[in-house]
Amino acid sequence: MPERKESTKVSQVADSRSQGEDLRVIGVPRRRVDGRAKVTGQTRFADDIFLPRTAHCKLLRSPHPHARIRKIDTSRALAHPGVYLVLTGKDLPMQYGILPVSQDEQALCVNHVRHVGDPVAAVIAREELTAFEALDLIDVDYEILTTISDPEQALATPEPRIHEYGEEGNIHKFVALEFGNVEQGVAEADEIFEDTFFYQGSTHLPIEQHASVAIKDPDGKLTIWSSTQTPHYLHRALAKVLEMPPAHIRVIATPNGGGFGGKSDPFNHEIVVAKAALLLDRPVKICLTREEVFYCHRGRHPVLMKFRTGVKKDGTITGMHLRTLIDGGAYGSYGVASTYYAGALQTTTYHIPRYRYEGCRTFTNKPPCGPKRGHGTPQPRFGQEVQLDKIAEKLKMDPADLRLRILESPNAVTANFLRLGTVNLTECIRRVVRVSDWKNKFRKLPEGHGVGIACSAYLTGAGLPIYWNKMPHSGVQLKFDRGGGVSIFCGATEIGQGSDDVLASIVAEVLGIDPFDVRLFTGDTDLGPVDLGSYSSRVTLMAGNAALQAAERGKALLAEAVALKCEVPKERLRFADKRVFDSAAPDKGVSFPEAVCLAEARFGTIGTVGSYTPPESPARYKGGGVGPSPTYSYTAAVVEVQVHPVTGWVHVPKVCIAHDIGRALNPTLARGQVEGSVYMGLGEALMEEQEFRRLPQRLSHALVHKFPSLLEYKSPTSLDMPEVVTELVEDPDPRGPFGAKEVGQGPLLPIMPAVANAVYDAVGVRIDEVPITPEKVMKALADKKAGREPRFGPDHFPHINWPEALRVPPPWEGGDGNAVNDVHREKPRAVKEKVLAP
Amino acid sequence: MMRLPLFEFRAPQTVLEAVRILDGEGPKAMPLAGGTDLLPNMKRRQQVPKALMSLNHIPELHQKTLSDSGSRLGACLTLSEIAADAGFRNGMTALAQAASFVATPQIRNMATLGGNLCLDTRCNYYDQNYEWRKAIGFCLKKDGDTCWVAPSSSKCMAVSSTDTAPALMALGARVRLVSRLGEREVPLTELYQNDGIHYIKRRPNELLTEVLLDSLRGWKSAYWKLRRRGSFDFPVLSVAAAAKLSGTGVVEAARIVVGSVACLPLVAREASELLVGRPLNQGTIAEAAALAARIAKPLDNTDFDMTWRKRVTAEFVTYALRELRGEDMRGERLLLTRHSSSL
Amino acid sequence: MEAERTAQIRFTLNGEEVDVFFAPYKTLLEVLREDLGHTGTKHGCELGECGACAVLLDGKPVLSCLVLALECSGREVLTVEGLSADGRLHPLQDAFADLGAAQCGYCTPGILVTAKALLDANPHPTRDQIREALSGNLCRCTGYLQIFEAVEAAMIKIAEKKTEA
Repeated sequence: MPERKESTKVSQVADSRSQGEDLRVIGVPRRRVDGRAKVTGQTRFADDIFLPRTAHCKLLRSPHPHARIRKIDTSRALAHPGVYLVLTGKDLPMQYGILPVSQDEQALCVNHVRHVGDPVAAVIAREELTAFEALDLIDVDYEILTTISDPEQALATPEPRIHEYGEEGNIHKFVALEFGNVEQGVAEADEIFEDTFFYQGSTHLPIEQHASVAIKDPDGKLTIWSSTQTPHYLHRALAKVLEMPPAHIRVIATPNGGGFGGKSDPFNHEIVVAKAALLLDRPVKICLTREEVFYCHRGRHPVLMKFRTGVKKDGTITGMHLRTLIDGGAYGSYGVASTYYAGALQTTTYHIPRYRYEGCRTFTNKPPCGPKRGHGTPQPRFGQEVQLDKIAEKLKMDPADLRLRILESPNAVTANFLRLGTVNLTECIRRVVRVSDWKNKFRKLPEGHGVGIACSAYLTGAGLPIYWNKMPHSGVQLKFDRGGGVSIFCGATEIGQGSDDVLASIVAEVLGIDPFDVRLFTGDTDLGPVDLGSYSSRVTLMAGNAALQAAERGKALLAEAVALKCEVPKERLRFADKRVFDSAAPDKGVSFPEAVCLAEARFGTIGTVGSYTPPESPARYKGGGVGPSPTYSYTAAVVEVQVHPVTGWVHVPKVCIAHDIGRALNPTLARGQVEGSVYMGLGEALMEEQEFRRLPQRLSHALVHKFPSLLEYKSPTSLDMPEVVTELVEDPDPRGPFGAKEVGQGPLLPIMPAVANAVYDAVGVRIDEVPITPEKVMKALADKKAGREPRFGPDHFPHINWPEALRVPPPWEGGDGNAVNDVHREKPRAVKEKVLAP
Repeated sequence: MMRLPLFEFRAPQTVLEAVRILDGEGPKAMPLAGGTDLLPNMKRRQQVPKALMSLNHIPELHQKTLSDSGSRLGACLTLSEIAADAGFRNGMTALAQAASFVATPQIRNMATLGGNLCLDTRCNYYDQNYEWRKAIGFCLKKDGDTCWVAPSSSKCMAVSSTDTAPALMALGARVRLVSRLGEREVPLTELYQNDGIHYIKRRPNELLTEVLLDSLRGWKSAYWKLRRRGSFDFPVLSVAAAAKLSGTGVVEAARIVVGSVACLPLVAREASELLVGRPLNQGTIAEAAALAARIAKPLDNTDFDMTWRKRVTAEFVTYALRELRGEDMRGERLLLTRHSSSL
Repeated sequence: MEAERTAQIRFTLNGEEVDVFFAPYKTLLEVLREDLGHTGTKHGCELGECGACAVLLDGKPVLSCLVLALECSGREVLTVEGLSADGRLHPLQDAFADLGAAQCGYCTPGILVTAKALLDANPHPTRDQIREALSGNLCRCTGYLQIFEAVEAAMIKIAEKKTEA
């Protein structure tokens, strides 16, 4: 077996914890700082903004899945009483998109519509009802193009192309990476497992529908309030499409009424209302209908995947080969990153010495897929963890024990050059095994009852920004007030996860004040330094570290002034209980406001800054930018199920879950993130589907979302939620602020495979796809009864002409993180860095 | 935000006034009770009445008389009022259960018995926004000429999705329909017809004012509802069963109704007749369930796979009958419907 | 359009009588938010499919997106803005804020008023009764469990207060 290479050094972030002080804020279950606003209905979401003279915007959307626009006539709509303005694609022709490599969207389609719901025109009117009525007065002449419904059809139908870019035909992106010789690895195995899985798409379904309000400021600049998770990226897209200096655009991310990744792209409606506000010189507002939210989508990609894994008799993995076929929908969105992510994190949980990944994302005529909680990783995690269950059974091992044997080590560098941080998956598994009474239940429950286990890992923040740059990923400014208040300015966006509370609690802890003494100015591109956004579980670690640095810097200034005044060595000063005092003689000291005044008298106005840039990744191959993170969270879950023998109905009475969080900054919120993840995971496991309906081809070209509504897209209710036992495993990771790692996404990942594994334990059938619906279970049960393979799942993986893989020798084969055969990668990174260094 | 289209608003104070309005306006006026069915349909532009006539200001529609010799239920009783009233037990349990499983608590506080009986038929191709329906070229039920559920069908296949109708049919209910010219009593089993568009025989100028029930002394009834989630969802299969049992447990009379699998609730006549004169034992129940399931012909226009819905039918009939026999079905209820107690 | 802005009603909003002019096609939700500036009541579908717009109408939880404002004349409406009294939060609000029952806070107003109606009618509900009462309010963030716990905590707080009184 190849020797594992441990990373030699981890970057240490200084924090107060290392001083051995007891914590007063961090780790204490607390009311979140924005809690009162939320329970009084005073949190102002984007649609809660009402400004005088507001005009209302509605978008005319394509009724065709794929068509060319021959002609648009807006004259009748414009003549309609109450209509102020009608915009079409030619008013906003500049292409944009979240990723620099996929600038493939237009705010209003100019000549090509790519899915039902693609916007082609906008009506801005005095009343929303008037704007809606006027939509019907816009005449669009379409030339219908072939409808491309799914990835296999996309592979078989190179023409017409949905986009003029991409790999070829309707293939958007190929990824082919090989870390060590996988065939050789598989050849060394005692057993080889080949399994095909399908993971259905799902959508975020935030209860808040996307809304935006734009105004032309008195000085002619633009301000937009929007339900966005990424104000900085929206800022950039607006500047590009509106062809305005970024300095003249202010984006204010209002608190999001749920995001889950669905508000992370710059959206057409945001650009349209901005343009309209500038043209009309009055506020312009849009709030999408629920149906339109389904057309924004950017949700979970449907993925067909095939795992080929070799294992030794003791469970050791000798090699893994993963192939994915990904349904991208009509636009790029984050899709290139999603395609890489689908192959990135397999190596982070179990040691895989040789690994090969081939991924293919196709364009189809459906709303674009993108990042949903767990971005790109829940689908292959499902396959990997279900396959591991099959492996354990074949090897006659307890699946929990098998996992414990093959876990990856802390601080390891994986085959694909991801440098891990703390790894407490062992403890997570032990905890869920204990609290679920696993040993007395697995394969021991009566027929129809079962338990299943699965594990996972997730990023604590993407190691690279969306656009390549060397600047910090997060910045924080602090302003110290003579009255003892501290104001935090930061671009971080509150989407419900508690980012405001993270910032306030870290600053309050360091400075020894109460979180409610802190004022927050967040999500505003004019007021705060850039934070890249609330995605990839990055805020706690990145904005948190920036806040920590700013607070420590402020603390140093205050300490110096207080030390002088109180004649105490500054190292001995303690900041707690709104005081700064001698830790050796606690009576000796000053109040926090006095400390601020002393510091201000000595140094002038007190303001400090902090910023955070993730450590450089050892991955230097093309595509190695997706997957690195400062550290990873780990989760293990045991799901209990009851399966009805006749109907196949799957009921989940209980979930036990343990999450390696590093440290819970606010345990109340951390638990909420875990339970919320369990909830969303169960939705995906059992009922949620972003499903489409292709009408009979001889009669129609229609391809429509099957049920773009909150009624028919099935989101579990309070009656569908099981008991959840949450264990937070706390082993502070020095890379995170006070040791914190992420908790918002990782706990979702093990739920779906744990349900599938539990169904097998209960009734002996394998459901190799999600959602695991009663129809599928009933069919598999019938197959079992008839002596056929007791399984429901995809039966093939299509032939794809994969490009030659980039070959990257893993660390233990002497690899340096570069591919040995990348002809396009002419210059090593060091050269690039020199050029860009200031 | 989805907006209602413009409409005229009328708020009569008496049934007489109401039927005069209906007579004058014709089908362009629609009665508005709880609004939980009609207003979403209007927002989606499935129904665009010229006038809305509120029934919420007519006291006589809110009356309720429960007695051993028979009951009269005003059409504007809310589903919450029915679910919460302990008077709706024993014989009328199925009705109370059906009412208590409709949609959500808030909707049950608004939705009325009459409204649920007149509920528009539902279909995945029809209960969609205007823009969505435009994308499929509309459908037979509204603005189009193809039934996308069965493109060769000349008839609309939208599904009867009322919970209370199957229950009340099993209880032998009648409804009173009042028009300006007079009134008529119609057995509920004759109120509906097998057409997704013209699913109800209520004429546009008639108002459904009350539900009438004969004495249910000696009867027991139960209602089972299949849906994906524990709340919100319309039924994709429903089974109502009522039986009058003798002291020795022999069935003297019985009615089984299967709902949500056709344009109207279906009375399982053969299955019901089979029960009469026999004890409700395992064998009888199995026979009746098989017979009842035979009439269910669900189509692919609701949630869930249609073959699966068909196959669950016998199972649900079995549960309903076992419940009538006095078996404790709370386990199955919890597992399959997320409601542990039947009420 | 302006020509349609003709309706007027008087009703009690959070204990105070209000007069409001509005376009007659509007639902209570639209009038509360757009004509009365009470934006605490949210909306997620406007079709009765999520519960975000729940308010109490004459003490009962209803969906304001499906109530014609025209039908509210003379009636009592309670929204989240009316939950606190004498400058103090309702025990439910305190418990929701303290116990993580509000994450994004968007479904929270509808859940709070629904829970208030539950506790008004049944001061000691079981967990199952709480589940049932809140089964018309979708929450995508919490997984509901902290919401149930907050309702239970508020229930105890209210009972304690009553005993003290």
